[in-house]
Amino acid sequence: MLKTFRIGGIHPKEKKISAGKAIQPIAIPDQVIIPLSQHIGAPCQPVVKKGDTVKVGTLIGKSVGFVSTNIHSPVSGTVLKIDKALDASGYKRDAVFIKVEGDEWEASVDRSPELKKTCDLASGEILNKIAAAGIVGMGGATFPSHVKLTPPPGTKAEILIINGVECEPWLTSDHQLMMEKSDEILVGTTIVMKALNVQKAIIGIENNKQDAIRLFNQKAKEYAGITVEPLKVQYPQGGEKQLIDALTGRQVGSGALPISVGAVVQNVGTVFAIYEAVQKNKPLVERVVTVTGKEVKQPCNILSRVGIPLNDLIGVAGGLPETTGKVVSGGPMMGKALASTDIPVTKGTSGILIIPTLEAKRKAMKDCIRCAKCVSVCPMGLNPTLLMNLTEYEVWDRAEQEHITDCIECGSCSYTCPADRPLLDYIRLGKGKVSGIIRSRKN
Amino acid sequence: MSVLLTAVATLGAIGAGSAAILYMVGQKFKVEEDPRIQEVQDSLPAANCGGCGFPGCASFASACVKAESMDGLFCPVGGQDTMDKVAALLGRTAPVAAKKIAVVRCSGTCDSRPRLNLYDGASNCTIASALYGGDTGCSFGCLGLGDCVDSCTFDAIHINPVTLLPEVVEDKCTACGACVKACPKDIIELRKQGPKSRRIYVSCVNKDKGGVAKKACDVACIGCSKCQQVCPFEAITIENNLAFIIDDKCRLCRKCVPVCPTSSILELNFPPRKETPPAPKEEEAIVTA
Repeated sequence: MLKTFRIGGIHPKEKKISAGKAIQPIAIPDQVIIPLSQHIGAPCQPVVKKGDTVKVGTLIGKSVGFVSTNIHSPVSGTVLKIDKALDASGYKRDAVFIKVEGDEWEASVDRSPELKKTCDLASGEILNKIAAAGIVGMGGATFPSHVKLTPPPGTKAEILIINGVECEPWLTSDHQLMMEKSDEILVGTTIVMKALNVQKAIIGIENNKQDAIRLFNQKAKEYAGITVEPLKVQYPQGGEKQLIDALTGRQVGSGALPISVGAVVQNVGTVFAIYEAVQKNKPLVERVVTVTGKEVKQPCNILSRVGIPLNDLIGVAGGLPETTGKVVSGGPMMGKALASTDIPVTKGTSGILIIPTLEAKRKAMKDCIRCAKCVSVCPMGLNPTLLMNLTEYEVWDRAEQEHITDCIECGSCSYTCPADRPLLDYIRLGKGKVSGIIRSRKN
Repeated sequence: MSVLLTAVATLGAIGAGSAAILYMVGQKFKVEEDPRIQEVQDSLPAANCGGCGFPGCASFASACVKAESMDGLFCPVGGQDTMDKVAALLGRTAPVAAKKIAVVRCSGTCDSRPRLNLYDGASNCTIASALYGGDTGCSFGCLGLGDCVDSCTFDAIHINPVTLLPEVVEDKCTACGACVKACPKDIIELRKQGPKSRRIYVSCVNKDKGGVAKKACDVACIGCSKCQQVCPFEAITIENNLAFIIDDKCRLCRKCVPVCPTSSILELNFPPRKETPPAPKEEEAIVTA
């Protein structure tokens, strides 16, 4: 019996048609746009100006505040301007425009492909390197990694959990990365273990990735303290709290952080980026992006630099099909529909999903039939239909009592609703309002 | 028979005793309430809209009675008449406030602002604006999903099915400000209704640079400052590429309207213009609040 989390969850069709497609490179265009806000937290302060020459890895945006991180140039060339540009947020925000000239890297970056296993740095030095390299959570949430790896005073990490679940349908970028960079991920895991000073790490992989489970089982033997755990295929197992429950049986309380049960969770993509940052001095300037969809000609996994327009990536996959109704950044469950494909890849772009018109259209909302399907699938044990109504009627105090702020926005409720009610849309709105009220109360 | 009598007598005695206790408690813990509060409340419109800034008419009434003067207290629904009545009840005078009305500062109709994508999510402006800038190139303008309509208790704002923009019904709008709060894009503003409902305002909130704004919408303010230069009363400010007419300074001379290259300044309820723009009329100056 495979492990999984204990409350709720769904199993949408997996449709991982790009699985097994080797990670392929993409040509760098003449101009790239680097948004200065690619992470959760305060946007970066630009440290370059018009006319500056940059190399790959040159710092262009400096972190401001604790929850923020650096941004480096993913290309070499000249800074054209710092202006507003549309990004995945749907709004125009500050970005650095760079004209690409050649592909020259900063001298400090070690570009050799050899695996560097040993790391003699102390915990603090590792964290400094991670912070300097601008590493964020690559699963999509883009939370600055150095913050996550610095447990708040009075707490102690006991176990490191590596998230190789990739529970979103369609997406295969993490899977393919695990297949091609298994050694780097394992070394990265030992580095994070050292940074946190923990002796135990579990890599959780869903059972639909048999090849990755076999590969990691075989290779993890060489590394002390790392075990691999196959998991039942269940969405949203990639959620931090769900994954901790599935692997350790510990439940994170309402409003608490994973560290409260001694766990720290990192995505495989993040661990790979940490390996490159610590062992090779390479800042986070590229990532693997899955381009897929029912009518996409060549679904693929692309190693793309940050700043390359999504249009270019879609071009590699055979171009935008004529039937396209919706382009989603991320997976079908938690991804975000885009207003334009002329936006750049950012640190958090895990995939591009192209949905045909027939399937893209939302069905009309009908009355709630009180079937409670949403209640039974909610992985956080909330009552989505009640939370939607409370938001609609603006009953914020009751919504707070019903733990609206615990919602992880996985979308299982909207997915399962037979009346096609936009449950998550409203809950997200209510969650924002209630969080605002709680913040204003604290001040 | 005696059983019946006993029961009646016992229950009667318990009833009388309880009544006596209740009366004594009532006397002892009686709350003295100013009778004027009820009187003031009776003269209010009982809309309970919250436009005055208080949770309802009752709390506004008690605030009026407790306050030293009537400054800062205004019932937008009842207007000046109601405030005069309230002031008379309390033996004070109400300051004269200009009547206000909600104005929608966006003229981006389907013709002037082409739709670039299709929004298919929940029909709610706040939800849509949290997701992205909107279905046109302008990320500041009206989304047309009607949060303002839902918020209005007076049926005074409607979405025009042709332009997909909200329109305010002048006779019904009480300037309670509910729509101003409901609009996630801060498009709706309370402005002075003006003499004979004549008013001028910049019907745009786009803060993009001129070229970007113009590309997204034909009637966007491009921040060219022509209106600012022509205004004899320094009533126009330009901030973040956007002109704004200060209500208190504007004398409704209408000089700014024809110079606007994108027609983003609107004049409402004025008589038709003559060939040459008239000199600033000695229109009765708008009373200041």
